Amino acid sequence: MGIKKTYEEINEKIKKGKAVVLTAEEVTKLAREKSPAEIARSVDVITTATFGPMCSSGIFINFGNPDPPVRMEKILLNQVPAHAGIAAVDAYLGATAESVTDIKYGGAHVIEALIKGEKVELQARGKGTDCYPGKEDIRQIDKDSVNEIFMFNPRNAYQNYSVAVNCSDSVKYTYMGVLLPGLGNAMYSTSGELSPLLNDPDLRIIGIGTRIFLCGAQGYVSWNGTQFNPEVKKNQYGIPINNAATIAVIGDLKKMSSEYIKAAYFEKYGVSLFVGIGIPIPVLDEEIAAGVSIGNRQIETTIFDYGSSGKPQLGITNYEELQSGYIRVNGKKIKTAPLSSIKKARKIAHVLKGRILNREFLISKPVQQLKD
Amino acid sequence: MYIKRYVLTFPPDKVDEPLTYNLIKDYNMEVNILKADINAGKEGKLLLEFRTGKDEMERGLKYLKDKGIGVAPVSKQISLQLEDCIHCGACTAVCFTDALTMKKPSWELDFKPEKCIVCGLCLKACPLNLFKIEFY
Repeated sequence: MGIKKTYEEINEKIKKGKAVVLTAEEVTKLAREKSPAEIARSVDVITTATFGPMCSSGIFINFGNPDPPVRMEKILLNQVPAHAGIAAVDAYLGATAESVTDIKYGGAHVIEALIKGEKVELQARGKGTDCYPGKEDIRQIDKDSVNEIFMFNPRNAYQNYSVAVNCSDSVKYTYMGVLLPGLGNAMYSTSGELSPLLNDPDLRIIGIGTRIFLCGAQGYVSWNGTQFNPEVKKNQYGIPINNAATIAVIGDLKKMSSEYIKAAYFEKYGVSLFVGIGIPIPVLDEEIAAGVSIGNRQIETTIFDYGSSGKPQLGITNYEELQSGYIRVNGKKIKTAPLSSIKKARKIAHVLKGRILNREFLISKPVQQLKD
Repeated sequence: MYIKRYVLTFPPDKVDEPLTYNLIKDYNMEVNILKADINAGKEGKLLLEFRTGKDEMERGLKYLKDKGIGVAPVSKQISLQLEDCIHCGACTAVCFTDALTMKKPSWELDFKPEKCIVCGLCLKACPLNLFKIEFY
């Protein structure tokens, strides 16, 4: 009979300051010497993390009613359009929304500014009604002047992602960076063995209600992410070898830190947002221990030609090769480059580990599995 | 031996002439093409590094100017606002002189200006717009 631990038992250990917590990289090193059974016995929680561009992100804001009240039907925040089709003074600002005056500035920049505590100009207009007679509201807002402001990202933290190359004869400017012609380079994202959903390949731990680190604040997994696809082919280690599961996440922007978020502009693609996410994985049993022990060599992913229509598949590689600096595609040695920051992901994994050790962060059992 | 870098600007009607071949053959120049943007029927630009003796350098440059080619010495460098860098690595994808690499095992960006040929690709590759070309 293998070891079994419950969420409650692990939380009791955290509260007593007795929990053993390692980062996903640390446990992968430990797994070279110890079996999953030994890891399940000796380690309680693994911290995973990622810091990469996640376009499907945004924030809800309730501005509070001006006097006279305005039924806000058109909204600009620092000249970036926000979605105004929710009640009178609620809005959703998407990270990739572009300013009406500068395509290199967008929702992501406004979100970063708000997290930093900076002032942002609100311009709102409505047609004027009996109960909302005002037609215009122009004022400076910040995160403290609005009623509620929370991040809700419909698709984050992809469980694995494609490698992008370009077989065409022209440069391709993409959300995966600048792809040089004639297989000039290869771009990859996800933080490999540190990445949250890759450490829980069967999604036993990460589910609806899981408490997470979201841009420095405590947030939650609220649903499966959009384009969630658990049907992707898995390799011999149980790792899906292409874009698979995703999570929708939520958290209070007022408690976030600008250290774990960064607005970005990808040349000739548009604005995006680097989002920092950390997720603790409680080591409940040997199977969970085996999942978190998986290293970069075992995590495979698929190479696609972003230069041709239909993005034909060109082969399979793994994160050890990708992180070595070169892979081979069609017999050619190609330079690789990451798109998500391993340095930042490591920092998040260590900060989350520290918070658990300091009893500031408890693990939570999902209310429902994502697969259901 | 003189080593100098120049940006040559070709008017549309000179784009098809084998100027580089003539520089090598007639002026004994070692020519290293660092960047090329040649389009038939349009103005073309070449970033070249020349290696040759002093006299041949002067004669070669005169030959180009006499042909109506714009010859501008390169005196610019790339600067990086490192304090705002998130170390994503996107710029390393387009840097083929290894002026930009990821340090291992720290995964921090390592910028070696002495290896930079000022091709300018990193300006477009950085999602945070942290690279600038400085002229001096």
